[in-house]
Amino acid sequence: MTPSVTLAQKFGYRFSWVGMIGLSIMLLWGIMALIAPNIIPHPVGEIVDEDYFGAISSRFWLGSDYLGRDMLSRILMGARYTVGISLAAVSIACFSGVVLGMTAAVVGGWFDAAVSRFLDAMNSIPGKLSGLVVVAAVGSSITVLIVTLAVIYTPGAYRFARALAVNINTMDYITVARTRGEGLVYIIGSEILPNIIGPVLADLGLRFVFIVLLLSGLSFLGLGVQPPYADWGALVHENVGGLPFGAPAVIVPSLAIASLTISVNLLIDNLPQKIRDRSA
Amino acid sequence: MSTYVLNLITVRLLIAALTLLIVSFAVFFATAMLPGDTATILLGQAATPEAVAGLRSAMHLDDPAYLRFLRWLVGLFRGDLGTSYVNNVAVADLIGGRFVNTMRLAGITALFSVPLALTLGITAAMFRGSLYDRAVTILTIGIISIPEFMVATSAVLVFSVYLKWLPALSFANDVTSIGQMLKVFAMPVISLTFVVAAQMIRMTRAAVIDTINTPYVETALLKGASRPRMVLRHALPNAVGPIVNAVALSLSYLVGGVIIVETIFNYPGIAKLMVDGVATRDLPLIQTCAMIFCVGYLSLITLADIIAILANPRLR
Amino acid sequence: MENLVEIRDLKVEATTDSGRRVDIIKAVSLDIAPGEIVALIGESGSGKTTIALTLMGYTRSGCRICGGQVRIAGKDMVTLSERERAGIRGTQVAYVPQSAAAAFNPAMRIIDQVIEISRIHQLMPDGRARLKAIDLFRALSLPNPETIGSRYPHQVSGGQLQRLSAAMALIGDPKLVIFDEPTTALDVTTQIEVLRAFKAVMKKGGISGVYVSHDLAVVAQIADRIVVLRNGEVQEAGTTAEILTCAQHPYTRELLAAFEPKPRDHEIGVEDRKVLLEVSDLVSGYGPIQADGLPLVQAVKDVSLTVKKGRNLGIIGESGCGKSTLARTIAGILPAYSGNLLFDNRELAGTVRQRSRDQLRDMQIVFQYADTALNPEKSIEEILGRPLQFYHGLKGKQRDTRIDQLLDMVHLPKSLRHRRPQELSGGQKQRVNFARALAAEPKLIICDEITSALDTVVAAAIINLLKELQRELSLSYIFISHDLSVVEAICDEIVVMYGGRKVEEITPAQLKAPQHPYSKLLFSSVPKLDPAWLDALELDPELVRTYGHT
Repeated sequence: MTPSVTLAQKFGYRFSWVGMIGLSIMLLWGIMALIAPNIIPHPVGEIVDEDYFGAISSRFWLGSDYLGRDMLSRILMGARYTVGISLAAVSIACFSGVVLGMTAAVVGGWFDAAVSRFLDAMNSIPGKLSGLVVVAAVGSSITVLIVTLAVIYTPGAYRFARALAVNINTMDYITVARTRGEGLVYIIGSEILPNIIGPVLADLGLRFVFIVLLLSGLSFLGLGVQPPYADWGALVHENVGGLPFGAPAVIVPSLAIASLTISVNLLIDNLPQKIRDRSA
Repeated sequence: MSTYVLNLITVRLLIAALTLLIVSFAVFFATAMLPGDTATILLGQAATPEAVAGLRSAMHLDDPAYLRFLRWLVGLFRGDLGTSYVNNVAVADLIGGRFVNTMRLAGITALFSVPLALTLGITAAMFRGSLYDRAVTILTIGIISIPEFMVATSAVLVFSVYLKWLPALSFANDVTSIGQMLKVFAMPVISLTFVVAAQMIRMTRAAVIDTINTPYVETALLKGASRPRMVLRHALPNAVGPIVNAVALSLSYLVGGVIIVETIFNYPGIAKLMVDGVATRDLPLIQTCAMIFCVGYLSLITLADIIAILANPRLR
Repeated sequence: MENLVEIRDLKVEATTDSGRRVDIIKAVSLDIAPGEIVALIGESGSGKTTIALTLMGYTRSGCRICGGQVRIAGKDMVTLSERERAGIRGTQVAYVPQSAAAAFNPAMRIIDQVIEISRIHQLMPDGRARLKAIDLFRALSLPNPETIGSRYPHQVSGGQLQRLSAAMALIGDPKLVIFDEPTTALDVTTQIEVLRAFKAVMKKGGISGVYVSHDLAVVAQIADRIVVLRNGEVQEAGTTAEILTCAQHPYTRELLAAFEPKPRDHEIGVEDRKVLLEVSDLVSGYGPIQADGLPLVQAVKDVSLTVKKGRNLGIIGESGCGKSTLARTIAGILPAYSGNLLFDNRELAGTVRQRSRDQLRDMQIVFQYADTALNPEKSIEEILGRPLQFYHGLKGKQRDTRIDQLLDMVHLPKSLRHRRPQELSGGQKQRVNFARALAAEPKLIICDEITSALDTVVAAAIINLLKELQRELSLSYIFISHDLSVVEAICDEIVVMYGGRKVEEITPAQLKAPQHPYSKLLFSSVPKLDPAWLDALELDPELVRTYGHT
């Protein structure tokens, strides 16, 4: 049976309503990011309001920004960048981290020691700092952001997956597979992965939140997504001048970020214990 | 202290030194070896190839990478932090006073957040499942889920825009009275405390709950011990290691938080200096600031590990 | 005489992961008179520990008392407030846990934990409590009673900790002490000392006791009455003599039958069998290699043995004697540092990687805990199918047919093939575990404590299965166990190990008269069903000092 089928069985029931709310908000933003170009009421780059930092009105549901552009349209388009970049980065980070982590746990010895030591050292550079250093050195583009975010969060994913895999690796069924003469790929793919996939996916969710927060932070500093594109962090950055008036243009993008990250956290916190359990 | 414990601590220190070496290499690699030629940055895109080549050799940029890395590392050890590309001032002079400002901000935040977080974390674990515990949990999830700048901007909105209690900007240079100092530090410290304490509360609570679920705490219960006695006498002494680790890891969130908070409140610390340096691509300045933060973080983690070793009763 | 304990219609329910409620104790009633020791006996999941804990008004998380009464000296623990219960815990009812190693707080000195009950309930000044603790240490025949309390838990042995935990329970002069499998984690030679100490202090103080165990022979030594439990219900209750001699209930009889000696059928033409495995001067262990080329910890020292085709070799010894390391070294899981392995007249390389696929196939190993030996994320079909495909290249229908055959061989229904291990009972899992080894069609199966985690009755059935399969498939077994009766039942030769060395090799017929002093001690320490066995047993104190772990 494939891992996806077993997950479907696990996910089949016992979802609390809080988790359901989290899941729905998450899915909502995902769909918005996909269909945004088709539903935005105003073109994102166009100045449509004669007032800047306009208030919420029937024409501009979320007000207007520092130039008088429609915030609703900019938020919806911003979802593409925030969700898209983060999703790409977290996928790369978790894939490489988990594969490396399982390999290190099974192979052991000097390979494990070297990889662990190196990645632990990388992990001891605070994320925002690495972001700043890379942006300073090579500038900021969407590709650079994705790669940087992925590199920053690979050590964490590695550490998590390795810790789980090390526990599984001590199990007698792994010893049985070894004495049968099985190779590395079979042991990792068929014996270990199905046992850690649940916690790994929950970890992927948490790491997604970290990446969204870091990306938003970098963009907020003006060092992330660059104009003419704007993710939610960049929207706050652009409109921070409206803070003294409490303009919706600076509050709404923050709320958008919060709604996404809180809903992911709520979902993960309300997953069945079996999936969340790190020692499982 | 046994030689075994001493050995463990020595090994831990050696690991920290090795880590620092790898980290400094990573910082150097990222800033000095990635595409984006330093000479071109300095002279601008319009510079003639001859001028670029001249500057490259003057700055030893054509030397092999390991030689440049070693030269840089030796410079760091000697306290020769290089010269800013932007205004030709020694990096050490740029950093001087600002380093103290940042340390002051971090210190005051730690002073508030650590006792607050330990109290909330331990009591939440003690009354696990109660309304109080659930309130603390939801609040901390909320705070760790939102970006630091949102905490800071919300603080501005509430305290400056609506309540008008505090100024929105900080200037640490013109502090003359306690009242002023309170005003200057209040907002950055409040914002940072929220960010750091939320992490710390969650991790402390988890660490204490882990030890509450052990058979020896059950034994204490079956001896007729009260709940506070079970937690304070039996669980806590065994949770010291994990709690110290939680505190150290959370304090490291200070680094990320400080970068945002100093920028928002225009606070003259090294994080603000670094963010400005990124905008002007002032690499020597960035390298130094990055190393300062990394050394700070590593010291905290290493210290926590050593305390955990010393607190482990099995090693006594 | 008024009863000290009266349990009436006790019901406990548990909430499962999926939120379902299950009754785990179904209307249990029992009485305990003052000074009487009552044993609760049953297999895992029978509810014996749950009932014992309700005597303290306590249930583990996820469980709840949902009906009935638990009266201790007239007070109902079910209806008391938590504060009132706390007042009774330690002073009237005390608890001795299964694993003292886990029940002692690693961060506190032993003496502080032993006298903690007196502190909590303010029974006496600390100085007096300390003196009383030292008296108890002496009564429990602990070494260095004056100073042992100043140590930390990790600095004393398992047998000592178990007795210290009894001292911890007795400090508050309780009327009732609950022993929760207190000797199960101990070796037999250690168990004797601990049991004797318990029995002496209980009789001397006239204290009532509840002794939870799965081992009838142990219970027979210490209990006045026995209550047999199964699935949360009382099956049978009576005095120890009644239960042992004229048990009424079929389940109790099964338990008793597991103790009857089952001599191995003697076969003919034993002498001219070929040698299958020859191990000579094997050394193996753990840790970094020292200057002399040997590992830091030598768990197996110069062991030689032979296994003949179609014959079984038993390896017996206590925990830490190196028997499991030996098994793992033969299987190639751990490397041998010196010595030779000859299998089927061919040299066998030290590690799995260096052995050929056929060599690996010919020798299979089966582990003690089926729970960790079967991947919980795989169906039984996948678990059995993999070796079929790996060794024999079977696919599709051929493979399916063979899986059905294998399930049939270990007497499991074919309908189990789509289940996962956690949906099976302990005995079923161990059968699947064994069937996986059979799938390889090996010549030798190494069985590492395969019955030790099973309940007595289930273990007996597994042994019978092994014998049956041996007749049909002409297999050889290496059977590793700490349990003499199991080894006796199935092996043709028995090797006794102590401290990494082979101390004696004997046949089951000679079991009554071992030559080596350690074998004598080991064999005489195995509890017998006779209630007078412990009191009559005389062990040479010199032997106990030399070989015991106390």
